[in-house]
Parts: sequence; C-alpha cells; structure tokens
Amino acid sequence: MPTAPLVESKGLSWAIDAYAVGAAATPDGRYFVCAFGDGTVRVLDLTDAGKGFKAFNVHKGGSLCFASDIDAGSFLSGGDDGKLIKVGIDGSTEIIADLGRKWVEHTIAHPDSGFRAYASGKDAFVLGKKQKEPRKITHETSVGGLAINPKGKRLAVSHYNAVSLWWLAAKDGLPQILPWKGSHLQIGWSPDGDYVVTAMQENALHGWRLSDGQHFRMQGYGTKIRAMSFVKRGQFLATGGADTVICWPFTGGGPMGKAPIEFGGMINGPAVTAVLAHPKLDAVAAGFANGKVIVGQPGNPRVMPIAAPPKDQESSPVSVLAWTPEGDRLLAGTEAGHVHVVDFRSLS
Amino acid sequence: MNEQIPVTVLTGYLGAGKTTLLNRVLSENHGKKFAVIVNEFGEIGIDSDLVVGADEEVFEMNNGCICCTVRGDLIRIIGGLLKRKGKFDAILVETTGLADPAPVAQTFFADDDVKKHTKLDSVLTVVDAKHVLQRLEDTTEAEDQIAFADVLLLNKTDAVSADELAKVEKRLRGLNPFAKIHRTERCQIPLDQILDRGSFDLNRILEIEPEFLDDHHHHHHHHHDEEMDSISLSAEKPLDPAKFDTWISDVLMSKGPTILRAKGILNLANADSRYVFQAVHMMSEGAFTGPWPAKDKRQSRLVFIGRELDMDALKAGFAACQMA
Repeated sequence: MPTAPLVESKGLSWAIDAYAVGAAATPDGRYFVCAFGDGTVRVLDLTDAGKGFKAFNVHKGGSLCFASDIDAGSFLSGGDDGKLIKVGIDGSTEIIADLGRKWVEHTIAHPDSGFRAYASGKDAFVLGKKQKEPRKITHETSVGGLAINPKGKRLAVSHYNAVSLWWLAAKDGLPQILPWKGSHLQIGWSPDGDYVVTAMQENALHGWRLSDGQHFRMQGYGTKIRAMSFVKRGQFLATGGADTVICWPFTGGGPMGKAPIEFGGMINGPAVTAVLAHPKLDAVAAGFANGKVIVGQPGNPRVMPIAAPPKDQESSPVSVLAWTPEGDRLLAGTEAGHVHVVDFRSLS
Repeated sequence: MNEQIPVTVLTGYLGAGKTTLLNRVLSENHGKKFAVIVNEFGEIGIDSDLVVGADEEVFEMNNGCICCTVRGDLIRIIGGLLKRKGKFDAILVETTGLADPAPVAQTFFADDDVKKHTKLDSVLTVVDAKHVLQRLEDTTEAEDQIAFADVLLLNKTDAVSADELAKVEKRLRGLNPFAKIHRTERCQIPLDQILDRGSFDLNRILEIEPEFLDDHHHHHHHHHDEEMDSISLSAEKPLDPAKFDTWISDVLMSKGPTILRAKGILNLANADSRYVFQAVHMMSEGAFTGPWPAKDKRQSRLVFIGRELDMDALKAGFAACQMA
C-alpha cells in the first residue's frame, strides 16, 4: 500500500491564489519567506506555523524573481514594477534598484562576498555591499539566468548563443565567453566551481568544465528543463524536464559519456517542474506538473511522497521549493498558489 | 486556470496607425483587460503596468532550420505575464514596422509553456491607404505583413479618393485573398471585429473564412501578385491520410521558407470528422475538429500564401493524395 503523503500527517497546506514565484528560509531556519505573482511577499513563522503566512504588499504588479539577500534574514524580490526590493521578515522594505518601466527578471546574492546581482532584459547589474551605483553590463541579447560561483568571485550570465563570465569586483573588462549556439536560460554553478551548466530553450542542458574548457550536451528531455540543482557535494546534478528526476553524475571527470540516474515519477507521467537538493544530505525534493511533491535519493528506487495533486481543484505545476538550512523542513508552492510546508524532525 | 489566453499580433508599417489602435485598446471600455507588449513606449498614452516593452529578439531554434525562428523576448515576457494570473484576459503584441511577423507567430507553435497557456488569435495588419502602394514598392516587409494577416485594417481611407482606395484594396487582395479587410478612418472600428477572432483556432477556421465553404469557389483558384502567390486547392475524393501526410511534410520541409501561411480543411478517408490543418512556414499543426455539417459537401480544401509557389506542382501533389 502506498504511503500517504507526508504533508497530511506532518505538515500544513494553504491555498494562496497567486503564482508562487520564489521561496527561501532565513539562515536560522525559523521563517520561510515566499514571493508571489500578486506582488506580495509572505512570511511564515515556523515556531507558530498554524497561524499561516503573513502577507506584505511589496510590488505594485507581480514579483518575477526572488532570492536570499546578502544581509542575513533579508530577501530580494524583483518585480514587473521595475523595482528590486529588499524585504525583511517583518515586512520592512528598501528599494535597492528602480528601473522604471523595465522588469527585474532575475536576482541573486552571495552573502559571503557581499555582492548582489540582478537583470532586466539585456542588462545585468552588479552591486557590491559598499557600492553606491551598480555596474551595468549590457549583453547582446536578453539575460536568461544568473549564477554566482561558490567563492563569490564571478558572475555567470546566460543568454543567446553563450554564457558570459564576469568578475564581480571588476569595474570594467571583458567577459570570458562560453559559446554554444542556442538560447540559454536557467544556469547553475557546481559546488566545486568547475562546471557551469545551462538549461536551454531546446529541452537540453549544456555544460562547460572551466578548468580545461571541455563542454558537453545532455539531452533527451520531453519538455523544457526549468529547474536544476546540484546534489550536496556536487556528485549529481538533479534536473527537471522529464517524467522522472534525471540526475547526471558529476564526479570522476563529469557527465561526459555517462548515463544519468533516474528516480521518482512514472513513465509518461507529468513532467518534473522543480528540483532542489537537500542542503545536508544527498537527497532531492522534486515537484511535478500536476502539483505532486516527493523527496528521493539518486540510486534509491524508494521515494517519500510529500504532497499529492490537489483533490478538489485543478492541479498546477510546482514552481518553487525551499529547504531550511538544516533541511528539516521543506516548502513547496505551485503556479496556482497551493503551498505546502512539511516538518521532517519527528521522523528520524 | 488552464484556459488559454488569446494573443493578437498587431503589425503594420510605421505611421499606418498601430499606435492609434493600441491606445484605443488600452483606453476604451470593451470589457476585456489587455496586456500589451510594445516595441517602444513612445506614443502610448496610457501609463499602465500591463504595458510591457519588448526587444524584438529573434532567434533560431537549434534544429538547424533557418525558418524556425522565434521571438525569445516574447517567451520571456509571456512567462512573466503568466505569473500575474487573473490580471488580464488577452494579450496584444505590437511589432515594429520592419518586423517579419513569422517569428512572432512561430513562437506560439514552438515553445511548450507559451503554447500551453496562450493561443495565437490572429495577425492584424494596419495598412495606410495613402502610402501602402509606395511602401510595397520600397520594401518586402510591408508585403510580408499583408500576406501574413488574418485581418487587414485598411486605414486612413479619408486620405485617398474612391478610385485610389479601390486600387489599394485590389492590390491587398492580390497579396492576400483570404484575409478579412476592414476600411477605416483613424482605426475607427468596433474592437470586437478585430480582436478575439480565433483565426488560428482550428475549430474556427471554417467560421471565419466563408470562402472556404463557398461551393461556387473555383477549383484550383489562384492569385498571382508580382511577389506573392496564393493558391486555393480542392479535392472531391477523400484523401489518403498517409499520402497527404507524406506530401505535406515534404512540401513544408522543402518549400517551408517560401510558404508564409497554409490552412486547410480536409476530408480524410475513413474519418467521420473534418481534419483542420495550418502551417506557418515549416511549423504546422492539425487536428480533427468534429463532424462535417450535414448540409456541407465533404470536400478537401487547402490554401497557401507564399512566394514563387510552384502552382502546378502543388496542384498535382494535392490531387495525387486522393484515394484511388
């Protein structure tokens, strides 16, 4: 008999009626903070989760991107009102950037190095902690995604036909270009700093090994990949886009010529739309196009069901996942605004 | 939730009246809330947070086919708009005067997410009655925009004489015999006549193109403008599905770059339903759309608009798809 989804016994669910855009936990693991397509940022105090999310109106339009800020306990939300806004758990806001009628579509921050980056259209902006004005870097085509390397020294910008690598602290200079024809969207940097991987418009991944310039292509996906996450020590890259979670091995010379490991999902079932590696263990949370959420482990055929597709409403793809820093709680949110939070602490 | 949002593509040469129309769509009370994607904010009189600037970024899908180009910025912007569910119920995409409408249309066939949440409603081209003939002399873009359209707004009719207007309309018909033409001054036309047309909706292709069902329509009727050809083919006998599939795939593969639009309603052998087919260059889709109306003759019709179409080859190829 299949186990009941964990959220039913060890969690809570909410229907928020807005597209879940991004989520993260505070470094102390006490709060989950989630940004939505209705322009709100909502805060959940995990010491009193039964009270539910507290909503703060942050953007005039909707939030388009969300990340933890460089200041512990603060978050960055970029919106279609042109603003990049720093949000505290008490709902306090500070405008970091205002681009007028342009959209803030991507943002990322690296707390240790103190750099924030954000992007709108073809422009990427880098803002150091003590900098008054950001450095604006205009690319030939629109920015598809941003990533900062683990050391916090370099910014990778994906766009059409290439990835550009910039030095965060430099005032000018040319980028290192990682070329490959096509449109590069989501981008990730491996924990060892040696691999940059992009998800492309064409249902494929492209990767580069920086130490020797080798590059590689991983394909066979049924839909756009949308999500990827490096498993803890970087042994695997877990990806969405297929009907199971596809994990590419990144140890022992990278994924070239190797077959991926798959888990979860079912053949011809709904596609995986969100993945996020556990912060401490070699486990991965995955969300599907029908709203289902699981946690599994590459190489282990058994998965833990977290949430089932909604019973009484139309199902909607999982769009965000977030772990607390200890990995003892998981948040999952969907495009329709179903939000689940589960607590793993009493399971061990 | 999973309802597809209709998208109207607005093309037309600089000065034809696109901005006038855009301002009307944004300001008039027509019961619909539009998100508008513009190429520049310049003369848009309304400061709405549902007006978005685009970059007209055309890129090739990485499958080696030059005519499978899409608008990357549109994929991105529509993705962003979809996060604000419930805030608007239709999308209008304005292109620059110099734009080729094909990549815009192809975006709605090519991207999974865009395809899932939106549907191309129609391509609406605004034409300046006074200057269009000169534009057609000078450029190929104007020609593409007219040939590609589902609806043509022949605007600024007050700036020309009746004779001139007739001449212009004749030229438009030569370039595109299948589009609906509306004559207007200052784009004055009830918006419901140009928006929410369902021109790309396989279920509605029949309703909006009465010529398709016109029994008096000549077999293998064709127009030949200097640069743009169109041909309307028909077949009395049911088509062999396998033969048609092989033939049309081959036509689109080899001639795709020269074919702007193709649409057809087909009577396939051993099928009770009508099969409706459409293509933009090489990208195509088709589906059964329900039974033939009892009063209609079961007959296959297929139209092409393109450049240097090989009329005889198309005619012979289509005829050969009929069951023996």
